[in-house]
Parts: sequence; structure tokens; C-alpha cells
Amino acid sequence: MADRAFKITPRLGAGAAGLLVALVLLALGGVLARAEFGTGLRPAEWAAIRFTVLQAALSALLSVGLAIPVARALARRRFRGRAILVTLLGAPFILPVIVAVFGLIAVFGRSGWINGALGAVGLPEVSIYGFHGVVLAHVFFNLPLVTRLLLQGWQGIPSEQFRLAAQLRLTPRAVFLTLERPMLRQTAPGALALVFVICLTSFAVALTLGGGPRATTVELAIYQAFQFDFDLGRAALLTLVQLVLAGGTALLAMRFVPELAVGGGLDRPLRRWDAQGGLVRLLDGVLIALGAGFLLLPLISVVLRGVSGLSQMPASVYLATGNSLMVAGLSVTLTLALALPMAGWIASRSRGGVEAVGLLGLAASPLMIGTGWFILINPVISPSALALPVTAIVNAMMALPFAVRVLVPPMRNLLERFLPLTQTLGMQGWPLWRWVILPRLRPQIGFAAGLSGALSMGDLGVIALFADPERVTLPLQMYRLMGAYRMDAAAGAALLLLVLSLGVFWVCDKGGRWGAEA
Amino acid sequence: MKYLAFAAATMTATTALAEGPELVVYTYDSFVSEWGPGPAIEAAFEAECACDLNFVGMGDGAALLARLRLEGARSDADVVLGLDTSLIAAAKETGLFAPTAVRADYRLPITWEDEVFVPYDWGYFAFVHDAGLEAPANFKALGESDLKIVIQDPRSSTPGLGLLMWVKAAYGDDAPVIWDGLADNIVTVTKGWSEAYGLFLEGEADMVLSYTTSPAYHLIAEEDDSKSAALFDEGHYMQIEVLGKLAGTDQGALADQFMEFMVSDAAQSVLPTTNWMYPAVIPDAGLPKGFETLVVPEKALLVPAADVPAIRDEALAEWLTALSR
Amino acid sequence: MLKLEDLLIVQDDFELRADFMLEARRKYAVIGPSGAGKSTLLGALCGFVPLTSGRILWEGADITASHPGRRPITILFQDNNLFPHLSVRQNVGLGIRPDLRLSPEEKEDVDAALQRVGLLVHAEARPGNLSGGQQSRTALARVLVQARPLVLLDEPFAALGPALRMEMLDLVQDLVAETGASLVMVTHAPDDVRRIADEVIFVEGGRAQAPQPAAELMENPPSELRAYLG
Repeated sequence: MADRAFKITPRLGAGAAGLLVALVLLALGGVLARAEFGTGLRPAEWAAIRFTVLQAALSALLSVGLAIPVARALARRRFRGRAILVTLLGAPFILPVIVAVFGLIAVFGRSGWINGALGAVGLPEVSIYGFHGVVLAHVFFNLPLVTRLLLQGWQGIPSEQFRLAAQLRLTPRAVFLTLERPMLRQTAPGALALVFVICLTSFAVALTLGGGPRATTVELAIYQAFQFDFDLGRAALLTLVQLVLAGGTALLAMRFVPELAVGGGLDRPLRRWDAQGGLVRLLDGVLIALGAGFLLLPLISVVLRGVSGLSQMPASVYLATGNSLMVAGLSVTLTLALALPMAGWIASRSRGGVEAVGLLGLAASPLMIGTGWFILINPVISPSALALPVTAIVNAMMALPFAVRVLVPPMRNLLERFLPLTQTLGMQGWPLWRWVILPRLRPQIGFAAGLSGALSMGDLGVIALFADPERVTLPLQMYRLMGAYRMDAAAGAALLLLVLSLGVFWVCDKGGRWGAEA
Repeated sequence: MKYLAFAAATMTATTALAEGPELVVYTYDSFVSEWGPGPAIEAAFEAECACDLNFVGMGDGAALLARLRLEGARSDADVVLGLDTSLIAAAKETGLFAPTAVRADYRLPITWEDEVFVPYDWGYFAFVHDAGLEAPANFKALGESDLKIVIQDPRSSTPGLGLLMWVKAAYGDDAPVIWDGLADNIVTVTKGWSEAYGLFLEGEADMVLSYTTSPAYHLIAEEDDSKSAALFDEGHYMQIEVLGKLAGTDQGALADQFMEFMVSDAAQSVLPTTNWMYPAVIPDAGLPKGFETLVVPEKALLVPAADVPAIRDEALAEWLTALSR
Repeated sequence: MLKLEDLLIVQDDFELRADFMLEARRKYAVIGPSGAGKSTLLGALCGFVPLTSGRILWEGADITASHPGRRPITILFQDNNLFPHLSVRQNVGLGIRPDLRLSPEEKEDVDAALQRVGLLVHAEARPGNLSGGQQSRTALARVLVQARPLVLLDEPFAALGPALRMEMLDLVQDLVAETGASLVMVTHAPDDVRRIADEVIFVEGGRAQAPQPAAELMENPPSELRAYLG
């Protein structure tokens, strides 16, 4: 039908996208307004760019490369606990960075479980620190996310094709070549781009596990420019590099970015007739066990480490919990307020390229955004008065690309099915959202809300310039406990944070699906 | 207060009137946390000043200075507390600080002669380790040993920068040789002190860069005497934390009163067991029990504040080169 | 009543022309080979398919650029006529007000329409729990409350069995008779034409011909129509 005539929320959607671009560009402008222009990039910064691109590319390749066999195994096996495992796939991604790093170190560190086991049988120690450590951590964060993306791809292969494959008695290899490889060609490039962009802005993970200044990323160089050299021009220049790298990659790969997995469909494997051989079953079992172990062991260590610290947590931690929940609630509201109209706008366009705009928020250095806005806002109003809205906005910007990604495909589907009917009924504006879009997109809205809520729960409040001393969030309180030598109490707070983040995610995700109609 | 804060002040006019004028003090985050000195100092000062002392905490000392530079003369702050000797030159260069007449009977290993900044506490950087460890006696011995250490990145952390200056102050042009020796001892470099100390407590390294006063925390707060600081015979670099009054303050008298208060016994007696540093002036009751167990370096190292900027950039380049190999 | 004035629709290499009038209280069957443009013609009347040139006039007023919801027309598609997540009563209520804020009188109208199609007992059910015939009746109840002067059917009953389809067509006849609406229905079955239509619009060769009396035409079809009817 004549889609050019009928668009959902074109003004609001374009407005939301425009707002996002404006937020980033105005911040950049704010920084540039105060910058003195000096020299171009120095050799150390070129080295940082090289390192950043290299680690991000390798992390993306490995995350996707390893996720393929794991997702494949998960797609063709059913077993007890599969549903829980699929849910937990979201956990590493929404974990606060520092908690995840300590979880990884408890397993892979010098005195971690693996080295403990190796030492017990007389084998030499393996070190997590170095380039491979950075990649390992990034794979830990992103492999589960990619597995979920790819699982969605497998789910998208029509079951008739597997029936045909069974009829023709295709071997697993032949099934891969005829059915799975074409699907991967569609989904893998987008997943690669997404992980690449996520890893571009890494800082603390890269430095801590990278073992030293060799592992200097662009984000660390930006931090240095702001706080060590106070060279705003250089900070802005480096931010531009980051945006160009991320934006270029995103634009290039955006049309391939696959749908994020939502809903019960994932929990129900397709009926498969291939890959029934004993060896293949064993291999799949090993792959799933390895994947689950890689995912679960660090999480278990966070839990074990935290349990003993729970009793040592001061009451203020619970107060901070309330603040964090409030920030999360506000971020979720804001994310949806931006993502829904954007998704409506994008879905009623024939090309989805504008979705790349959403990635801007993910690629822009939060420190630069914070500083830019501080420069702009400070002459007008006290920044700490805006602590809550600014924190919520920055969190929403981070979550937006995922939310849009989740919402666009079902929105497109819905418009295809029901746009003519809504048109003849004269449904527009709020009634259209109230009676058709919101109820039909409930599972995806729930998933997007959960992701954004959990992401903002774990945010350390990078926008220190806007910090409101009266309103301490849970991650900041955890960090303060660490800063005050109270590592056990901090581990307790980390556990609380893990439970709450997963709880927020679970409640939103479940709430979206609860009572939802087919 | 600046007129910008006036709007906020009028909204809480009744309380503000009841509490008198407001003094805004910028400081680093851990100072204001409930385990830091902030709460006790605020209560004690408000009891005698008939004012409202408002601590605004943000990041660390470097973040403080960056914020001040961004705000310039319009800053709401009356006093900035938490810069250290490495940042003094850069802070003075902004021209935002006013000279002070506050003097006290400082018990620092050096003579304090700064016209602008007032020291409130200080410490020696040191490598902290488990008490049972046979610790090396200097950087050379550390470099030759198999011991593993965790340090902080000088670009993002005050202790990290302190270590850079320490090696430079002790070895001058030979600093690169020392860093070459240390390169294979360094497990990793972290963003801040908390991550490094956390890694050390998790058993990731034998020693961590911290302060000679760190064992005091474990001893006094946790009754745990298992941590020691290694004494290095080339001397230990000092960190002296200071506060200063902003030239643009409209609470000049109150700011002076607060600076005076920070070196008075009421504040000085709070600092050792909240900030876990040596007080700049010995409190009437002496140092808390437990501090006498701490190692005391025979030689205190400090690069004069004015020389820091030039040395800092050179030392950073050497550090990056040595550790990037 | 509804005038198609030099209508021209061009899509890629497809072309359709029409130039005729539809009268009040008449029943038109649209027949023609597959791909000739029957659905396109209905889509153009509703405003879903843009016109390349020409005008559509409703009682003299130009509605060529009107929004689909503001035309005096209601349409039932081949499928997706109901929202699966809304109850039968809500689906029908949307025909009166898109925001579903119904006054008590309007609610009575909805129930009366449901009563008329025999579905009042299922008013709270979701379409997914109804049979195909009941789903069709729900959509027809909405047509009833919409009470637009022109009802278009784009083969909404194609998936039903022959007996049920006849039953639905009879119900449609009764409903348009009650509301005094005109009916335009796309069909492939000569029996439907004989059973219902007053006039036939034959679509073929890039042209929707002007309506001709059904009985005569079916008795004595011209050669192209004969070729189509087989």
C-alpha cells in the first residue's frame, strides 16, 4: 500500500532522532567553544586509535565467531534449564563494568579458580592480563548478547525448510551450507558492527585487563585530555575520531543488523530432524556447557564474594538503591519516549538507515557529553540541580540503539498487517498507539524497558560533573565503599546490584509478556 | 554566593536564614562519603560558624581542578579542598585562588611556605603487602625480584602520578632504567586506587601502590595486623593535600574561618581515622593508637610544586615508553 | 453518488482507467481476471492507492485527497479485519469512535449490532477464540455501526466454505438493505454475481468498465467476459 502517504509519528520520530543528534553535537560544540586549537593527533594517540580498533575488531570477530557454534547448539537442543540459560544470556551485558571485571578475575586471575585448578595438577599459570585479557573480557560481555541475536536468526528459518532438509536426508554439514550459512550472512555482519561499536568506547576494562599503557584506548586518551592535560581541543578531536569510527562502521553495517530476540519464541526450539548423531549431540553438549560455564562462573563468583559482605553493608546502601531505582525508572521512561516514536518513524520508511543515528549515543564518550553540556548549562543553572535528568538522558542515549533495534521489526510487521484497517477506521495519533501499537508491541516494549532499566542501574554515573551530592546511586555507593577500604561491603553491594539489575530486567521483560495475546 | 545559586538559595530561604550564610566547598568524592571526614567536619564547623557548610564532592583531585577550570571565575565554590602538591602549580596558573594568611604549626617533613594553599593532611606513597612477605628495600630490588605489583595509571589517578614523581625524584634521569626493571613486575595498571587495592586484596598481586598509612586502616578499623608497607631506602614520595580560597568568593571571612578550622584540632583529630592520612598538625591527643606501628621513611621526597608540570610530562613520556614495550 | 472522473492509476508497468458513477442503494460486483486490478480499484476508492490523474467526487464534493478514514466508505479486506488483542465488542466499537470512548448510547448501538449478527454472547471473546464465520460476523457488525453509505468487500469471505460464504453474503445483503448503503464486492464466482449483484463492473485490459446490469450481462456476456467466465 502507499506507505509514502501514511507514516507513524514522522514528526515525533524525526524529532527524537534530531534531539539525539543535537545532544551529541551541542555537547561537542560546547567543548569546542572552550577549546584552544593546538596540534593534531600525537603518536601516542595514533597508537591508542590503532589499539582501540584492533581490540574492538578482534573482540567483535571472536564474540560472533564463538557465538555461532553456541547459538547453533542451543538452537537444536532442548534441555532442562534452557529457558533460564537464555534469560541469563542478558546478564553480563547489563552488569556494571567493575563488577564484571572482578568476576572475571576471580575465575581467570592469578589466584583465580582456573589457575588454582592448573596449579593443583602441576601446570603453569595462565595470565589474564594483556591484549588477550581485554579481548576475553569483551567476549564475556558480548558473546551472550550475540548468541541471543543469532538464536533469533535460527528461529527465523521457516520450519518447512528443516522438514525439507529432513526429507532430503541432508547431513549437518549440508544443513549448514543450505540453511544456516545464508541466515548467518544476513545476521552476522550486523552483530559484528554492534559489538565493534560497544568495544570502541571501552576504557576501564581495557586498561585493567590490558596490563598497562599498551592498552590505552581512545576513551582513555579523551579522559587524559580532559583531566590530565585539560586540553579541550584534543578531547573534542579524539571524540570526533570515536564518532567517525563508530558512525562509519554503523552506517556500513546497519542494514544487516539483525533483530534482537524477544519473546517466548526463543525458548521453544524448532523441531529438528538433523544432527541426531551421538557425536554431534556430544559436541553440542560440550559447547553449551563451555558457553554456560564461561557465562556463569564469573557470575557465581560475584554471588559467592558478595554473600558474606551483605551483612556488612551500611543502611546507606539501601538508600542508594532507592535512588538507583528512581534513575532507572526515569531512564526507562525516557528511552521509551524516544525509542517508540523513532521506531514508528523508521518502520514506516522503506529504508532503515536512519537507525544508525541511534548508535551515536553509544559511540559518543559520556565524559565528552557531560563536559560539553556542563560548559553550556553552567552559566545558566547549577548543574547539580539537573543531576537526575542529565543522568537519565545519558542512560537513555546508551540504551536507545538496543530499544530501537528491538522495536522496529515488530513495528514494521504490525504496520504491514494493520495499517489499512486502522486507516479505514480513522485511527491516528493517541488512539492508534493506545489500542493497537502499545498492546501489540507489549513484549518488545517490556524487553526494551528491561534492558534500558538494567543498563542504567549499573551505570556508575560517569557524568561526575553533574553529580548531586545528596543523591548517591548504588554503583557510586559501591565504588565509595571500595574507596574507603571496605571491599567486603562493596562486594555485598555488587551482589545487590547484580540481583537488582537482573530483577529490573526480569520484571519488565516478564511484565511485557504477561497475559499478552498471540 | 554567586547570583546563580541565589535562585536555589531563595527557594530554601527559610532554612538558609536559620542557618546563616552558605559556604560551598568543592572536594573529592571520598572526602564526603559517610566513611570519609566530611560528615564529622561539617557538623563540627557548623557548630561554631553559624553557617551552612555545603560539601560538593566530585571524582578526585584532578577532576576537581578540571571542573574549576571549566567554571572559571563564575564558580559557586568558596573553597576548594583536596588538591595535592602535584596539582598546585596548575591550580595557581588558573589565577582563581586568593592568597591566605592562615598559618599553623605544621608537622610536615618539609617546611611549608606556600602563600595560597593550606595543607590539611599528608602521607607517604608506599607499596603495601602482606606482613609475611620479604619486601624489597628499594625500586632496584623490586625490579630484580619476581614480586608482582599493581599500580595506578598516572593519567587517571593521583597515586599513579605520585609514583611517577617518586621514581623521578629518586632517580632523575635514570628513571627509565628503573621503569624498565619494573615492567615485568607490573601485573596491571588500573584506572584508580580502588581497583588496584581491590585487586591486591583479591590476591592478584604481592604488593600494591598505596600509602604507608594504609595498614593503619586494617589495624584500627578491622583489627587486622596482616598488612604492612614496604620501606624503601631511596626515600618515599609525599602527597600533601591542600585547600585554598577562591578569589571570587563572596564569603571571604567565612572561607578564612573554614581554612583556619581545617588546621585546628577539631578537624585535625578527625582526619587520621577517616581519611587515613597523617594530620598536618599533630592533634592535642596525639596520633590515634595504631599509627605508631606504621613504618616511617628516613627520607621524604617531594618535587617542588613549581617544577611539577615540566617534570610530569617528561616522566609520563618515559613511563609510557618503558611500559609500552 | 460516487463519481470516478477520468481515473488513472499507474504503477510500474501496470495501468488502470475508470470513468463511471456509482448510484445509491445499488449492489455492484467487480469481476475480472486475476491481476486485472480489482483490488487496486477498491484501494483507490478507499484512498490507499494514489491516483496518477483523475478525481473522485462524492455527491459533487472532491474527495480525491481525503484521508481513508474520512471517506464515506468502509471496506473489508481479505484478512486482518480484526485486531486479535481486542475483544469482539472493542473491535466493533472502533467503528464508532477510534479512541473507544463510547457514550452509553453508543455502547448500546454496539451491542445492538452484535445482537443483530448473533454474537452478543461472545462480546468479550477475542477473535482468536472464534470460528471463521464468527470472525466475519464481527467485522460485519462493525460495518453496521460504521453505517457508511458505501461498503466495499475485497473478498473477505474467500477462506470460508461455500455454504458459510453464501450465509455471509446473505447477511451482507440484509445489512446494506437495512442501512441503505451501496455495496461493491470483488468476486470470482458467477453464482455470487447472480445471487447478489444489481450491476457488474468488469475489469480487464487496463480498464474498469462502467457498470452494466448484471442479469443481462450474465445472460449474454460479451466475448472478453465469456473468455473470463470460461
